[in-house]
Amino acid sequence: MGERSSEAAAMDLDAHNFNSELYIQTVLKKCTLREVMEKEAHIIRDTQTLHSDMQTLVYENYNKFISASDTIKKMTSDFKEMEAEMDLLAANMNSIANFSDQISTTLHDTRQKLTQLSSVHTTLQKVQFLFRLPHTLKQNKEEGSLSLAVQNYTRALGTLKIYSHNVSFSSIHKECDEIMEGVKDQLFGQLSSKQATPKELGECVELLLSLGEPAPVLCLKFLQHASERQNEQLQGMEEHLRVGDQDVIEFLDVGSNDFLSDICLNVATYNELFAKKCQIEEGDDPSALLDNFVHEAMDKYLQLVKRKVEDEQAPGTEATVLVRALDRFYRRLQAASTLLPGPNYSKYGMEVVVQAGHRQSQTHLKNMQAHFVELLSNVRQTLAAPKLSLTVEEEKRNPSSSNLPELLNTLVAGSVDKIKSCLQDLKLFLQSDLTFSLKQVFRSKFCCSVREGFVVAFIKFLMDTATGFCVPQTPPTLLLLLSKMCLEMESSTVNFLLSQTDEEFCVEDSAKGTTRLVLCKQLHESAQKLLDYFVRTQGLNLSQMLRKSVETRDWLSTPEPRTVRAVMKRVVEDVAAIEVQVGSLYEQGIQQERSSDSSRRTQRKRTNWYAPSQIDSTLASNLQKLFSERIEIFSCVDFSTVSIMTGIIKISLKTLLECVRLRTFGKFGLQQIQVDTHYLQMYLWRFVENENLVHFLLDEILGSTVHRCLDPVLMEPSVVEMICERG
Amino acid sequence: MLDEETPVIYGLEFQARALAAQLAETEAVRFYVGTQSLKFDNQVHRLELDEENNMIKREVFHHGDGEIWHISASPTDKNVISTVYNHISPEKSCTKHTAVWRTSDEMNPTTEIRNLKLLTKLNTSSMGDDIKCTHFHPTEENKLLTVVDGTFAIWDLNAAGGSCDATTKGAIEGKGQPKFSTAKWNPHQGKSHVATANDMFIRGWDTRTNQEAWLIESAHNQLVRDIDFNPNKQYFLASCGDDGNSKFWDIRKTKVPVVTRADHSHWVWCVRFNHFHDQLVLTSSTDSRVILLSAASISSEPFGHIVEEESANEDKPVPLKDGVLALYEEHEDSVYAVEWSSGDPWTFASLSYDGRLIINQVPKSEKYKLLL
Repeated sequence: MGERSSEAAAMDLDAHNFNSELYIQTVLKKCTLREVMEKEAHIIRDTQTLHSDMQTLVYENYNKFISASDTIKKMTSDFKEMEAEMDLLAANMNSIANFSDQISTTLHDTRQKLTQLSSVHTTLQKVQFLFRLPHTLKQNKEEGSLSLAVQNYTRALGTLKIYSHNVSFSSIHKECDEIMEGVKDQLFGQLSSKQATPKELGECVELLLSLGEPAPVLCLKFLQHASERQNEQLQGMEEHLRVGDQDVIEFLDVGSNDFLSDICLNVATYNELFAKKCQIEEGDDPSALLDNFVHEAMDKYLQLVKRKVEDEQAPGTEATVLVRALDRFYRRLQAASTLLPGPNYSKYGMEVVVQAGHRQSQTHLKNMQAHFVELLSNVRQTLAAPKLSLTVEEEKRNPSSSNLPELLNTLVAGSVDKIKSCLQDLKLFLQSDLTFSLKQVFRSKFCCSVREGFVVAFIKFLMDTATGFCVPQTPPTLLLLLSKMCLEMESSTVNFLLSQTDEEFCVEDSAKGTTRLVLCKQLHESAQKLLDYFVRTQGLNLSQMLRKSVETRDWLSTPEPRTVRAVMKRVVEDVAAIEVQVGSLYEQGIQQERSSDSSRRTQRKRTNWYAPSQIDSTLASNLQKLFSERIEIFSCVDFSTVSIMTGIIKISLKTLLECVRLRTFGKFGLQQIQVDTHYLQMYLWRFVENENLVHFLLDEILGSTVHRCLDPVLMEPSVVEMICERG
Repeated sequence: MLDEETPVIYGLEFQARALAAQLAETEAVRFYVGTQSLKFDNQVHRLELDEENNMIKREVFHHGDGEIWHISASPTDKNVISTVYNHISPEKSCTKHTAVWRTSDEMNPTTEIRNLKLLTKLNTSSMGDDIKCTHFHPTEENKLLTVVDGTFAIWDLNAAGGSCDATTKGAIEGKGQPKFSTAKWNPHQGKSHVATANDMFIRGWDTRTNQEAWLIESAHNQLVRDIDFNPNKQYFLASCGDDGNSKFWDIRKTKVPVVTRADHSHWVWCVRFNHFHDQLVLTSSTDSRVILLSAASISSEPFGHIVEEESANEDKPVPLKDGVLALYEEHEDSVYAVEWSSGDPWTFASLSYDGRLIINQVPKSEKYKLLL
């Protein structure tokens, strides 16, 4: 394409890179003769036209050049004329300047006279003002425009002082002074009038100052008046506080409005008037005076607020209104405190708020404590009640223990619900639209007092109350219930409460306070203590029965046994009743090698091991001890039914053993014990963790009896069995 | 020298519950033990701790009259003891008696069993059947105290020879024929007072008038097993009982105990103040344990009393706190008796029902706390 276009360009006559050779060749090649002829003629024509054009152009340009050279010649002659005219102008200007000088020298004298005359006029006016001054002042005073009077007086004062040697002036001065004394009196009067607003006061004091009254006196006067006013307001507030006709919001609102705005205004005025002017003066530092004044007033104010807030926090009141009121109070105080000198009063305000928060949690703690005690006494009543209405038999069939889980639930859930509602109330203090709730100081202190002072303190109170029941008079069922309650708290409730508190109150340094672990541990210990006490109490109750039964019988001359002694039946019944009770609250637990009936028979054979051989029972029992695993009689109790029952049974059987050892038995006495122990063996094994333990203790009892027997002859086992099965 | 942490164990062939320190002996560590067997001849063992060899030397006396329930030693004559024993007649009936015996002179390393010489048999037949204990007066060698059923009797051996009658008697009255469980001389108040325990009560008696001097009602929830006076601080009394507690009383204020301890898990059978350092108290229990308690808060040695000026600058020894100082678990059966040695204030013996006598020492660390 490019080639073609360049070829075409080479063929174009007007183109820049026209190639004549190529053109001719091409034309000759392509065109017919006729066409070549035509083309030649055409080119010749064109060439001629171009030629004539060129000639015309040359002519035209030549003409133009000639006319231009003519113009230049003319210009050179014109400039010569102009130079001469300029010289003339300069000469004229010089003469004008000379004239002007002459005129000004002639006018100088006249002007000076004029100036003199005008100054004389001013002086005369001043003198006239001075002579008329007393009159003006009087008039001003009568009109009550004291500020104008003072303004006039101060204007004239300088002059009067300068010309005081002149009699007429000094008399004017005197007259003026007299009038001004009156003005001052009026001003002082205003200063001490009670209706004066701080603004008026400010004006008064400003005027007096400009009259040259000593600043310290005025300071005092001003402050005295201000404090009078403030005290009046405070008294008004106190009156309201006493009568109690305002709710806390209104109280704090009115107080904040009137008192705080007045005190701010006073302080501002004071600063404006005195602070700058009097700093240099000696004596009382004006800012110290002000500080004192503010401090005193604020002190009283804060006291009043505190009292009102305290009044508001009677037990059981909700925090909604209080929180709003405190917010308003704190907001105002914060704003005001930037204007007030001396210590930062918003800090004190914060203290009031923090205290209110603390007190609120304390109030709730007290509520909770009372609530818990009430719950507890209800529970105690419920525990005591059925025993009155039901006979022993009925109770056994339909034991009061069936409602133990229910009672437990009342205790735990009742407390937790109440705590939750208290926390909800306390949370009001942390609403995000409250100014003080955003302050770190408040948050950390408040959250701490909620966590430690309320939740943790309550749990501790609960533990103390519960463990406080570890006294002999407490009904065992209550001990059991409380123990389970502590356990329940430990396993879930405490976790729940603490995590909820930490979360809702954003307690960051919960590690610093009482940790969950510590609390759980304490609860666990309390539960253990209560449970141990329960086991001990029940064990001792059964023991007492057994001891009396052994002590009061004459075992040497007892008749041949025909039945199981009633006390043994009673013991078994009681144990069963206790188990039902315990079982309703605690898990069953694991029983070791719960054997079938047949294995119990083999156990019994071991019991009878003494009988056939009649060997020395010390040796026998020692041998037996060697072979049987040593049983820890007084191990700790676990939180399971079998463990608890084992504990109780162990204590009871140990008692029986001890009692037996204190007596001497005849043949039938021994046989009676044989029957009794067999009976116990038949019934007690099912309650315990490890039935070997019961066997061991019963063997010990029988062994000791054999030992304490003058005529140790045991009964036929079949007879014993028969007696026992007969009941 | 004896390694103090290792107890010395002595086994009797028979069961036993009677133990007494040989009070008149102030050099050697010596104890009397009485056996309790219905079938065999009973014995009184006089045991001496041989500290050099860490062994026990013994002397055995026949006590053929019956099983021994209680034994006590004269505070003035090394060789005089009293026993309360149960005599079984050939017709298989039991009667309890109490008598004063003389053993042979000084420790004699023979192995033969010698006889006790009967000094006096105390006539209790008019008072009742169940004799609980007979105690020598703390200073007057011829005076003894016995309780029988609901009566306590005071004897004067000088008044009559052979069989003797009580010079003084006192009795309690109440529902269901109350019986004393034990009695003690009060070492203070002119040594003319005694204290008795019955059921849950502890009573003080003035023996000059046989009137009740004071009363602790429900001292324990259950039976009171033993009482002991603080030998160095008057008015102070320890008690123990079936409720597993040991309590300390000021008998001028009998409403509440000064200190209550619940360290045992079953009956506490015996409580004893150390005669030299009365903050040390031993208790023994049917839970097979012996516990050494500190009752420093009510001791006659006030805190810091022994701390001299010089030692105040050094590491001040921490004054003893109330509580358990040591737990001795070498026994495998109920421990019915525990006694401090009269020869060495740091040594004591405990006796369990299976006839095992164990001589133990106060742990060194506690000893130094008291001495330094």
